[in-house]
Amino acid sequence: MALRDSPFNEMRLPLLLSAAVALIIALVVGVTMLFSDRRETIQTQAYGVTRTMGDHVVAPVSSWITAPSRWVQNGVNAVQQYFFAVSENRRLRAELTVARTWRTTAIALQDTNERYRALLGLKVNPPIPMVSGLAVADSRGPFANSRLVNVGSEKKVEVGNPVLNENGLVGRVVGVAEGVSRVLLLTDVTSRTPVLLDRTDSRAILAGDGGPNPRLDYMRGPDPVKENDLVLTSGDGGVLPRGIPVGHAVKGLDGRWRVVLSADDGAIDYVRILLFKDFRQLANTPRLSELPAPPPTAPAPSSVTSAPVARPVASPEAQSPLSPTLAKPVERAVQQAKPSATASVTKPPPLKPSAPKPTLARPVAVSKPAAVPQAAPPSDAGDIPH
Amino acid sequence: MTLAQPLTPVRWILIPALQVIVATWLFTMPYRVFGLQPPEPVFAMVTAFAWAVIRPSVLAPFCLLLMGIGMDLIWGSPLGLWAVSLLVSYGAVLLVRNILIGQQLPILWLAFGVACALAELLGVLITQLVSHTTPRALGVVSQWGVTLAVYPWSHRLIERFDDADVRFR
Repeated sequence: MALRDSPFNEMRLPLLLSAAVALIIALVVGVTMLFSDRRETIQTQAYGVTRTMGDHVVAPVSSWITAPSRWVQNGVNAVQQYFFAVSENRRLRAELTVARTWRTTAIALQDTNERYRALLGLKVNPPIPMVSGLAVADSRGPFANSRLVNVGSEKKVEVGNPVLNENGLVGRVVGVAEGVSRVLLLTDVTSRTPVLLDRTDSRAILAGDGGPNPRLDYMRGPDPVKENDLVLTSGDGGVLPRGIPVGHAVKGLDGRWRVVLSADDGAIDYVRILLFKDFRQLANTPRLSELPAPPPTAPAPSSVTSAPVARPVASPEAQSPLSPTLAKPVERAVQQAKPSATASVTKPPPLKPSAPKPTLARPVAVSKPAAVPQAAPPSDAGDIPH
Repeated sequence: MTLAQPLTPVRWILIPALQVIVATWLFTMPYRVFGLQPPEPVFAMVTAFAWAVIRPSVLAPFCLLLMGIGMDLIWGSPLGLWAVSLLVSYGAVLLVRNILIGQQLPILWLAFGVACALAELLGVLITQLVSHTTPRALGVVSQWGVTLAVYPWSHRLIERFDDADVRFR
């Protein structure tokens, strides 16, 4: 049967009505997508298949589109370097003179630092590996500030990794696919970064609002910040390492403290991604979760059924390899506490069979491994990627 | 000889949509001019406004939906933000279409500005709803301003096609 002979041929919907229906359907689809999107979470799974596929397509095309601009920029740079070589040479010489004095100071400070570390037996952050990437797309609107970088899961980039340029922090990775990562900039409206003010060591949260200068929120104390104070990452929360330069504090026109980002002075195209994992991620979790081996069982009276569990509390040195510097004050404190305890308790409490002890035993078993990484044997270093 | 051209979907929907996508993509290039970041206009508002003024269509809303999703994927904004903003603006212009037809350039430009403001306002509201934070007003206003500057492109599209379908004059 031909189409014109069909009974449906007579049923003609007005175009205006069908356009309105199409608009409503499209709106419903859009709203559904909006409320099913979970952009701000840090879990890799939350990034979504749509975004991963989108980034897969966007990155190579953007790289191809931006190639001519990169060539032009390289050409302009080459010409500038040729014509401004003398002034550049003068500037570099002046910088070198300053840097030499700083080098002497740095060597002295490094030496002092190493001695203090050795004295304290301090375990410092391991060296963090990094990969370099080229930004192929850059969005800078009021609702999203992000960049696409042409390195991804093949270089072991993970969600949460901090991204820097030569001057300071740029943002963090929020989505990873093969060959591409999306970097959420510090200026993005959803970006929240724990920072500290170098002068006062006071903490704040750097909150992006879509503008070039994110604001400092949740500051405590009467005068925690002054003009031009250096702002660094605080490392709180463990997503970013401590001490990465972020920028300088300035008073905004709205009367709020804001940060002029150090990264803005640097190149916009090349970035470095720190493959940083905090210590909780680096630790050998299965090993830390292992319960301590029970001591050899000796013939004991039946009333001491839970003694093997309670023993680690009574003699911490026997189970946890605390360093002597840490163990001795603990021992001293225990000795000081003993007489007062015995003086106040005239009659020792009767041993109860088993009711409270299982409740005690579990926290002991869980909190015990927390001391392990402090004096961890060198084999633990194998867990840290270098 | 007449200049009237048939209103085929390829001519008035597909080609402008592709042009908008290319323009949006070009403006995501990571470069600076004299240390300043280039603006980021919402090119898709050109088609959202022009398509609503030219004539009602079944294809246009779905095309706007796809363009909005594409913009969200390119810019990294919440998926659906620009799709919803564009569609609501398109619907609003469609409602007042009878008033806008045949108006002079300044009036249409003003209407385009109102439509862009509506889209930006929706963007702010959606961001507040999804991210529990308010974008900087200056950023929103500056994006609205640069989008307003691309209206001549939309006007050219309207002038080219508004007489093509006599049923909707």
